[in-house]
Amino acid sequence: MIMIFLYGALATAWNILAGYCGQISLGHAVYFGLGAYTSTLLVREAALTPWLGMLAGAALAVGISQAIGYPVFRLRGHYFAIATIGFGEIVQTTVLNWDGIGGARGLFVPIKRPDSLLNFQFHESKAVYYYIALGLLALALVVTRWIERSRRGYYFRAIREDQDAAASLGVPVAREKHAAMAVSAALTALGGTFWAQYVLFIDPESVFPLSLSILICLVAVMGGVGSLWGPLLGAAVLVPLSEGTRVLLGGTGKALDLVIYGALIMVIAVFQPAGLMGLVRHLGRRRPLAASAGARRESAA
Amino acid sequence: MSPSLLQVSGLTKRFGGIIANHEISFAVRPGELVGVIGPNGAGKSTLFDLITGFTRPDTGRVSLDGRDATGLRPDQICRLGVGRTFQKLRPFREMTALENVMIGAFLNTADVAEARQAALAALTSVGLGDRAAAHARGLSTGQRKRLELARALATRPRLLLLDEVTGGVDPGAIPGLVALVRDLHARGLALIVIEHNMRVIMDIAQRVLALHLGEVIADAPPAEVVRDQRVIDAYLGEAWR
Repeated sequence: MIMIFLYGALATAWNILAGYCGQISLGHAVYFGLGAYTSTLLVREAALTPWLGMLAGAALAVGISQAIGYPVFRLRGHYFAIATIGFGEIVQTTVLNWDGIGGARGLFVPIKRPDSLLNFQFHESKAVYYYIALGLLALALVVTRWIERSRRGYYFRAIREDQDAAASLGVPVAREKHAAMAVSAALTALGGTFWAQYVLFIDPESVFPLSLSILICLVAVMGGVGSLWGPLLGAAVLVPLSEGTRVLLGGTGKALDLVIYGALIMVIAVFQPAGLMGLVRHLGRRRPLAASAGARRESAA
Repeated sequence: MSPSLLQVSGLTKRFGGIIANHEISFAVRPGELVGVIGPNGAGKSTLFDLITGFTRPDTGRVSLDGRDATGLRPDQICRLGVGRTFQKLRPFREMTALENVMIGAFLNTADVAEARQAALAALTSVGLGDRAAAHARGLSTGQRKRLELARALATRPRLLLLDEVTGGVDPGAIPGLVALVRDLHARGLALIVIEHNMRVIMDIAQRVLALHLGEVIADAPPAEVVRDQRVIDAYLGEAWR
């Protein structure tokens, strides 16, 4: 459940930038890693509570995201996505070779006992992690909902549909994209800190990989981009599926679980491009739609 | 003589070796309706892109109310009161007609309810009030033209640039669109209208700007422009004599 919440939160954060604003980022692991590394380094070097580290990580992620935004937002569509992959690789490689922060060896989060909320470590029971992850997810959903219902949400969607037409109507396209990126990066970084405190060990391979960026994207796309609940739905389906295939097939040859995973995603992409959310909506609407179609036919006659 | 709302002077734009616009100068006064004609490739749409900030001119100036507006971004130009439509229609396809127009209305208010009200009023004013809940992708070409118009109107512009009002619309829908444009003009809006249908241009324009190979070859009332030998040679043909 904790992983469903975490991936749900990450995918929801990604969805703000990619689903609503239409900027498909494949570099979100950067922000996840920044969150994880910032809080962990602050715990190690300054004995700062991870909660403040979490905020610092989010702030740093916002800063970096804005800097990245200047060059990459000039690009559109696929080129944007490719550029974000590039930035992800740059950051991962930098951290890998940066011995001062552990380099490729990674960092352990110092174990603190007894369990306390302040230390953000709970060895006796995972229940607290459960609630914190749930809280992160709730935060991401609330923020999404709030944006969705404000002018900003409308602007985001207009930019996704046609940024030139949006600009002609007075939408400050670059500013709105940066805003979407900032919110998305901050929420992703919070997830990174949570991960660090949950696993208590981080290295570039686990928090900065391209595969994580892609997984976040996959979860959201599978569930349904541009909708509030889609990414959570995606997480609720994909996380158990991934765990399940790994348990059943993971030992057989490492990749078979991923093959099944990939095949399923292709099935969804082909038959339900709007994601699982599209399926849900379709089923929900089928009845009223049929009824109204019948009514139209009658009125025509 | 009232001061110019829009003043374009010496506007030049090259794309590689092609000169799309060459030393174009003209002015539009508040409330004026100017038609733009010319063969395909004459530089009409480029001129619109230069005025609205989608393309930067190589040389020349665009000024609004006497203030320099050259090189501003499209959203800044819009904020200064210039709306536009596109030759190739660009509706927000996955949004409803109402939501499309709300994007324009949001220029004047951050409040969603207010924007919705204003958008509905704009939709109604172009005769699309009953299609508010329809997705833009489901509208006919004529309806999409009206939608783009409503969207631009919702920003409350003082000058509206319309790129082909009747192009691609079935003949039955033309009179309605023309009446709509005339109505906007009657309400005091200044318009620049690119239009291939000469009957429409003769009917609505107070002045006509004829472009050929990126240059202004005539800038006069429609009755004079159709008698201009250069315009006849370049665009109209002998039939209009």
